[in-house]
Amino acid sequence: MNVQFRDLPEQAASAGAKTAIADCDIHPARATRTELYPFLAKRWQEHLETYDKHAYQGMMEGPPYPKAQPNASRRDAYPPEGGPQGSSLSFMQKQHLDPNNVVLGVLNPLATGQGIRNQDLAAAICSAINDWQIEKWTSKDSRLKGSIVVANEDGPAAAAEIRRRADDKNFVQVLLLSRNVEPLGQRRYWPIYQAAEDAGLPVGVHAFGFGGNPITASGWPSFYIEEMVGHSQCQQTALASLVLEGVFERHPKLKMIMIEAGFGWTPSLCWRLDKVWQRLKSEVPHVKRPPSEYIRDHIYWTTQPMEDPERRQDLFDVIDWIGWDKLLFATDYPHWDFDEPSRVLPPGVSDDNRAAFYLGNARKVYGLG
Amino acid sequence: MTSTIPGGVDCDLHPAVPHLTSLLPYLSDYWRDQVTTRGMVDLVSQSYPPNSPISARPDWRPAQGKPGSRLEDMQAQALDPFQVAYGICNPLYGVQMVFSEDMAVAFCRALNDWLAKEWLDQDARLRGSIVIPLQSIEKSVAEIERCAADPRFVQVLMLVMGDMPLGKRHYWPIYAAAERLGLPVGIHAGSNYHNPPSSVGWGSYHIEDYVAQSQAFQTQLTSLIVEGVFARHPKLKMVMLESGFTWLPPYLWRLHKFWRGIRMETPWVDRAPLEIVRSNIRFSLQPVDAPDDPAVLHRLFDHMQSDELLLFSTDYPHWQFDRNDALPKGLSPELVRKIMIDNPLATYGRLSQEAVREKTP
Repeated sequence: MNVQFRDLPEQAASAGAKTAIADCDIHPARATRTELYPFLAKRWQEHLETYDKHAYQGMMEGPPYPKAQPNASRRDAYPPEGGPQGSSLSFMQKQHLDPNNVVLGVLNPLATGQGIRNQDLAAAICSAINDWQIEKWTSKDSRLKGSIVVANEDGPAAAAEIRRRADDKNFVQVLLLSRNVEPLGQRRYWPIYQAAEDAGLPVGVHAFGFGGNPITASGWPSFYIEEMVGHSQCQQTALASLVLEGVFERHPKLKMIMIEAGFGWTPSLCWRLDKVWQRLKSEVPHVKRPPSEYIRDHIYWTTQPMEDPERRQDLFDVIDWIGWDKLLFATDYPHWDFDEPSRVLPPGVSDDNRAAFYLGNARKVYGLG
Repeated sequence: MTSTIPGGVDCDLHPAVPHLTSLLPYLSDYWRDQVTTRGMVDLVSQSYPPNSPISARPDWRPAQGKPGSRLEDMQAQALDPFQVAYGICNPLYGVQMVFSEDMAVAFCRALNDWLAKEWLDQDARLRGSIVIPLQSIEKSVAEIERCAADPRFVQVLMLVMGDMPLGKRHYWPIYAAAERLGLPVGIHAGSNYHNPPSSVGWGSYHIEDYVAQSQAFQTQLTSLIVEGVFARHPKLKMVMLESGFTWLPPYLWRLHKFWRGIRMETPWVDRAPLEIVRSNIRFSLQPVDAPDDPAVLHRLFDHMQSDELLLFSTDYPHWQFDRNDALPKGLSPELVRKIMIDNPLATYGRLSQEAVREKTP
């Protein structure tokens, strides 16, 4: 989490010396409000102009919890040609991809059709975002790969979008958000998992989203920090739902990636799930194995925001319990809580683990050699 | 297993109200009449369905009636075998779920009086928690003050899932009263179901609700810390009951990172979250959500960086362990003493006051 106000003109010069990395969480933005319109039918352009998105939250503009920085992004990430942070490919290349030697960058668009109540509009915007990712990003820089965003509350429409893009090598995953109308294991989302498994695509579950549920089981908290910390609790519950609804029992080849919600919570959640499953398995006979086994076999985690104990050995204990082969490095560029690649892993990590952490695991999960 | 030692404090016992009709003697004429005329049914929360395996250990389950509803059973199954000096009773009766403020006040009053008469009066080892009608803050404070006159009430009891995050300023008069009266505030697993029982909506299964309790404790701890409850009430102790605790270190690493990044949003949080937890927050021992391997548990205790956070509990009659294995394997004698005796006595000030009084003629 480095909030940087400085210019760092020397970054590009040192790129050659840096380890090649995958960044599994990059957020591309639109430079203008209407940048998506060329990919949207006239009917939906007019709809947006008249009614806007009608999301599962009250604010017409911006999020209900004001972010820590404008657009939740680094102040040094505004492109010189204008537009919000993350909206310029050339500046992303210059500020991030080149100097940090990112050889694989996974795009996770956030302001999409997800979290919109009108499901036809949601599907139209998601499809437009997918076209826009190709047009503006992945076709222009082969390091970048897209995520298929889908109308998450409409299972059949989402599955259709996935099938349409299944063979398109511009995309390496399906993208969902953790907060939806229901927990992610619920049946309304099953067509998404079927289509993803059929397409051989992992499903990324990024923190955030809007489904109308308060971000605590006790209603709405007061502060942005509570929302930010709370994403890890949402992710834990969403993952428990996926396991306990039997999604992995039905989809043995499905892989899922928990994005931007931390990973340190995993061992404790697994221990709790296993213990209580021993007592209550008669309620969920479709869950045939201890829950931790499904999690071990199906789940990966991106690293940012990396948990940061003062004593780094504590973190290594947790990673040992999860597995060094399960973590995918991510920076969250251009967001303010960016994890700087060179500072994330301290000395003392073996070369093999370091290589897997920064690049190897991502290549494997995304089927890129 | 690690052997327990005599003289400890069991910080989480659940005496069960046999039926709503058991509270009739403790209700006013008006409410007694309401209960019977309107045909009100028993207030059982679906957090603990009586026949669910986790609601009672198989060998603690009575032939009839609710688990935990008979004092003789609690004595024979928990108080005697673990040789405790004190046992703190946390009734989990569904009074939090009702929507009428007046009804909640009447039922909480009755529940607290029932606990004093039918449990605390019957066994000198037992102590009570004050169940409060959170439907009204004013009435909650009044109930705390009323019950606190009886020194056997040693804590205020709330549920982890409710109408609003517990750090909200709305609740602060309760914390002020608790601090003033030397009562820790216990927060127990459970919900009033006024919100979905998870932060992502309604799950399908009882097991999901149970797993989600831990996540609810995490969000409540965030709320309590960042709203500034402990900056305002530095002497207030809060006890997370049946929360699990193995999630605590990684949770704090995350909270600490965001606190460093955006502490400008909550400038009154002038100490690191870990320090606040060390000085103000405690956790009941059960459930121990960890593998049997003592080496892993040692690492987990080390991650907590304090031996003062845990308070012995059996969670009787809930099924958290078998035999007499209330303590996980591999604890040192020093840690056993801390968990069973020193930490609870340091947390529940009223126990020591009483202990002193008993020894001083």
